[in-house]
Amino acid sequence: MTEINWPWQYSFPPFFTLQPHAETKAKQLAAWKSLTLEYYRITNQAIVDIREVHSSPLFNNVSINRKLSSDMVLVIMEELENSGYACALDKSRQRWLVYWHTLQEWGEIIYNWVRDNGFIGSVCTTFELTDGENTTDQEFHGLDPEVLVRALRTLESSNRAELIMFDDNQGVKFF
Amino acid sequence: MNRFEFVEPRHLPNESFLIRESGVSIVDGELLTQFSNGELTLTSHRILWASSKDSSQRQIYLALSLHYVVHVEEDGSRTYSSPGKDVVLHLTEVSNEKMPGPASRSFSNYVRLSFRNESLTQFISLLTNTIMRRTWELTPVMQSLSGLNFGQSESSGSMPMIKTRTGIIGIERSLQEKQKATDESISMAFQDLKKLMGMAKDMVAISKTISAKIRERQGDITEDETIRFKAYLMSLGIDDPVTRDAYKSSNEYFKQLAKQLAQILEEPIKEVGGMMTLTDVYCRVNRARGLELLSPEDLLNASRQLGSLGLPIILRVFDSGVMVLQLRSHDDKAIVEAVAELLEERKSITAEELAQTEGLSVTLARERLLATEKAGKACRDDSIEALRFYPNLFLTMDV
Repeated sequence: MTEINWPWQYSFPPFFTLQPHAETKAKQLAAWKSLTLEYYRITNQAIVDIREVHSSPLFNNVSINRKLSSDMVLVIMEELENSGYACALDKSRQRWLVYWHTLQEWGEIIYNWVRDNGFIGSVCTTFELTDGENTTDQEFHGLDPEVLVRALRTLESSNRAELIMFDDNQGVKFF
Repeated sequence: MNRFEFVEPRHLPNESFLIRESGVSIVDGELLTQFSNGELTLTSHRILWASSKDSSQRQIYLALSLHYVVHVEEDGSRTYSSPGKDVVLHLTEVSNEKMPGPASRSFSNYVRLSFRNESLTQFISLLTNTIMRRTWELTPVMQSLSGLNFGQSESSGSMPMIKTRTGIIGIERSLQEKQKATDESISMAFQDLKKLMGMAKDMVAISKTISAKIRERQGDITEDETIRFKAYLMSLGIDDPVTRDAYKSSNEYFKQLAKQLAQILEEPIKEVGGMMTLTDVYCRVNRARGLELLSPEDLLNASRQLGSLGLPIILRVFDSGVMVLQLRSHDDKAIVEAVAELLEERKSITAEELAQTEGLSVTLARERLLATEKAGKACRDDSIEALRFYPNLFLTMDV
């Protein structure tokens, strides 16, 4: 796993308190958004569970003894949702799916790879896309299956793919 | 005139004779009375007047207790022509315990003593000295008191008490005695206070009548006299505190109060750095007023008037609800700059630390930090330890 390059804010205690001043707050939340996406990209994770955030070094800086409150994590998640980088998985908005490309972007990336490698018109399993030998150099290699399915659904809605569900496996056909 | 009493022509036990003048008439305000050309005696407690002996009528004896006299002045300009001089005595309201006198009411609250004698310096100096010494308070007329003492000694003599000093009863008794003594001293203290309040009220009343007179007669009074009047007012020691009963509408009262607030607080507020919390103001103002205390509501209402009256200080309510009086010239920007500089220097600061450095109250220090934050020059770190403020690196550090 790559070492994370923490930004200066991470060791600045006020970073862990939601700022009331509007302009400051905007800057702070923007920094949090990019840090969160960066962290999830490098550690290749996709799930944020607000009830367990304090076990994650991202939201809990042990060296300066500061951690984010659950409320503030929720604020950050909602900010990410507004710009299309996250969505809630349950109604109580405690579990979140986070992706460092928007679902449309992921869809485009996958579709471009499919077109470039001549898979249009054929069927692949989702396992082949994320864990297949052909995709090891691709960004979506090892992508969370849930994120992948949601990205493929964006292609489906623009009629460029169709998801096929059978038993315990999922396949997709590209057009 | 209604302050005079009919009396017997003899001195009271504690009273001492000071001076006698003959050919004195009493004038009620500006009205001549039937009491003319008599003999005036000044004692330590009273002014006595006796009608002249050669008149065919029965002799009349009048007395004026000196405690009615609040101010004495010599007046050469009498309205009716005859040789001699006048002494004007300004009097307080008549008290309830007064004995019957020659008049039950009077239109003026001063009397003239009209002397045939031209040089009254000795009389006036004796009179003013006596009034200043207030002998009637130190050694009250003893008549009633001596009777009381006699009665007490008799009762204690007739009922000899055997006092046990041992056992629970002894302890209980000593406790009881102690309690009694405290009780007495407390009620004594309050008696004093009551007297003081009563006197202060009189003083205020007098000062008001005099100042009203000044206003009234602004036209035909010489500058010299105005200055003299003002000097009297000063010597009375109370310079007219603004009180509610003096004004008909509370709005007018608040306006006047606001003006007085601005006048007395401008300097102290400057001293403490341009801002003072309303609680501090309340304490300071009431300490200065002494007796005519202000209620918090009145102070608040008066403070609200400050802004619209164009006075040098104004009321300010912070977002947190803290209320302060501050100088109109007070510059928030300068404060913010100063705090921001201090933040750069110290890296981080709490309200308590700022209060210590700047010699402010913690409340005001917090307000300063919040103002700095509001201006975008600080950001907060709200942890379990304290609310710390840091320089706003979010805005200054460009990533």
